[in-house]
Amino acid sequence: MDTIETIVRLVWLLGAVGFVIGLIQMNSPATARNGNLLSAGGMALAVVGTAVLIASGRAGEVGGLAWPIIGIGIAIGGGLGLYTARTVKMTAMPQLVSLFNAVGGGAAALIGIDDYIRLANVQTLVAGNPIPLETSIATVLDVIIGSVTFTGSLIASGKLMGIISGKPILIPGGRIVTAALAAIAVLGAGALFVGDASVPILFVIIAAALVFGVTMVLPIGGADMPVVISLLNSFTGTAVAMAGFVIDNPVLIIAGALVGASGAILTKLMADAMNRSVVNIMVGGFGGGEGTVGAVSGAGGSVREISPDDAAIQLAYASSVIVVPGYGLAVAQAQHGVRELAELLESRGVDVKYAIHPVAGRMPGHMNVLLAEANVPYPQLREMEEVNPEFDRCDVALVIGANDVTNPAARRPGSPVSGMPILDVDHARSIIVIKRSMGRGYAGIDNELYLNPKTGMLFADAKDGLASLAAAVKAL
Amino acid sequence: MNPELLAALTVFVLAILCGFAVISKVPATLHTPLMSGANAIHGIVLVGSMLIAAAADDLLSQALSLVAVAFATMNVVGGYVVTDRMLQMFRKKPTAAKPKAEAGG
Repeated sequence: MDTIETIVRLVWLLGAVGFVIGLIQMNSPATARNGNLLSAGGMALAVVGTAVLIASGRAGEVGGLAWPIIGIGIAIGGGLGLYTARTVKMTAMPQLVSLFNAVGGGAAALIGIDDYIRLANVQTLVAGNPIPLETSIATVLDVIIGSVTFTGSLIASGKLMGIISGKPILIPGGRIVTAALAAIAVLGAGALFVGDASVPILFVIIAAALVFGVTMVLPIGGADMPVVISLLNSFTGTAVAMAGFVIDNPVLIIAGALVGASGAILTKLMADAMNRSVVNIMVGGFGGGEGTVGAVSGAGGSVREISPDDAAIQLAYASSVIVVPGYGLAVAQAQHGVRELAELLESRGVDVKYAIHPVAGRMPGHMNVLLAEANVPYPQLREMEEVNPEFDRCDVALVIGANDVTNPAARRPGSPVSGMPILDVDHARSIIVIKRSMGRGYAGIDNELYLNPKTGMLFADAKDGLASLAAAVKAL
Repeated sequence: MNPELLAALTVFVLAILCGFAVISKVPATLHTPLMSGANAIHGIVLVGSMLIAAAADDLLSQALSLVAVAFATMNVVGGYVVTDRMLQMFRKKPTAAKPKAEAGG
């Protein structure tokens, strides 16, 4: 190893340090942005170091078209990435993350494919299998995980964009198809491990993995997509680490393993907050997305409807209001509307806070991003543990498009939401719920909160409901 | 098992433990930006894509590596830019928020 290669390897190490410290700095809102910039700096260092390594001829003989390929690839990918990332609406952000995840997984799979074809070609010149077992294992894992992530993330993204139905799509004999695909991939992998190198077998494995990604995500409901995207993010990290083993590159291994671990933790946190296991979600759970099932039956109490004018009076003469935003607010893109209403109330001396359930919106923390986009002051956002005792002292709880996370049934055993941490909305003196209909949340059960005598239901789309409330408050 | 593979495995396992340790401390509020930031980090696959592009000497390899470089760059650039956009909104804006509140009232 000469000086230049040593320096490049040290630069890669420095890049990896940037990733780790960057993630540590993302612990706190105050340093998070710096952390991301540090991580981006680490990435820039690693890429420039790689370019130096290639230019100095230390990455092996450089092909004639190497620089045009790298230049054109970076121009196309960078342009598309920059354009989509800068123009996307914040509500559409989860599907974009999923799309970036798909292409990352695709790139990792392509590295494994390219390397394998190169090595397998040597076989025609030399007798016997020229590919060491450890390389075969890493390659097969890389292409399988990368391919599953590629199609799986595209489907997840399509579901969130509404291109593909958000409802669970049941494939006839789906379980058998999925099991057959897994069996093909495992058998193919076994053949490559013990037999000769074979590009056709590798392509059979890839085809099975690509279809597997589709059949894995299609039956899962749109409301579960955040968990799926998080899981696939973890998969991509693992695929990238495997690609690192294939081409023997330490920085790919470090960064890939970091992301693999982070994605796994995040996936578990998200599933825990919904009181579901990751396995339960992946097998295609009980849910069918927001409001897909019928209305509450009359049994057990009656629903009190409230007009925007009455609701406005309650809000305007309260001393403390806690807003509970949910999935419905995110879907209706009503974050600006809620901020306007809150500012109107504040100008009348009402104390307004926001109660953020860990899984409010479409991803953990998604609601914070949406509200921050609408310029809601960050100190007004309260996390669940912090805000729950405050409901006892609060005059009005304004629930906007949130359902299961407010259902008191979660405190008792025997309900699908049992044990799920909820916001103690029913402890408030009165409750106003803005909701399109009596439809159920994705847990598919009725919400007892709506039958509470303290609760007034304002049936409207979150955006329209907030606009009529704001108009009514102004008119007071 | 050769020494290089052993060293790579060591790095792999330690990096996984490091990832667990770092992530478990992040508050729920920052989970979406974190996920997006981690998503950008696996764009490191760009380094690998550039290396296979450098070695590409036949049409198939060149085509595969071109797609890989484009995919990986999209992952890197898009990932960091969208994360930065999210985090930009998290900064406290006491001076910006107040005048708007008055204008709204």
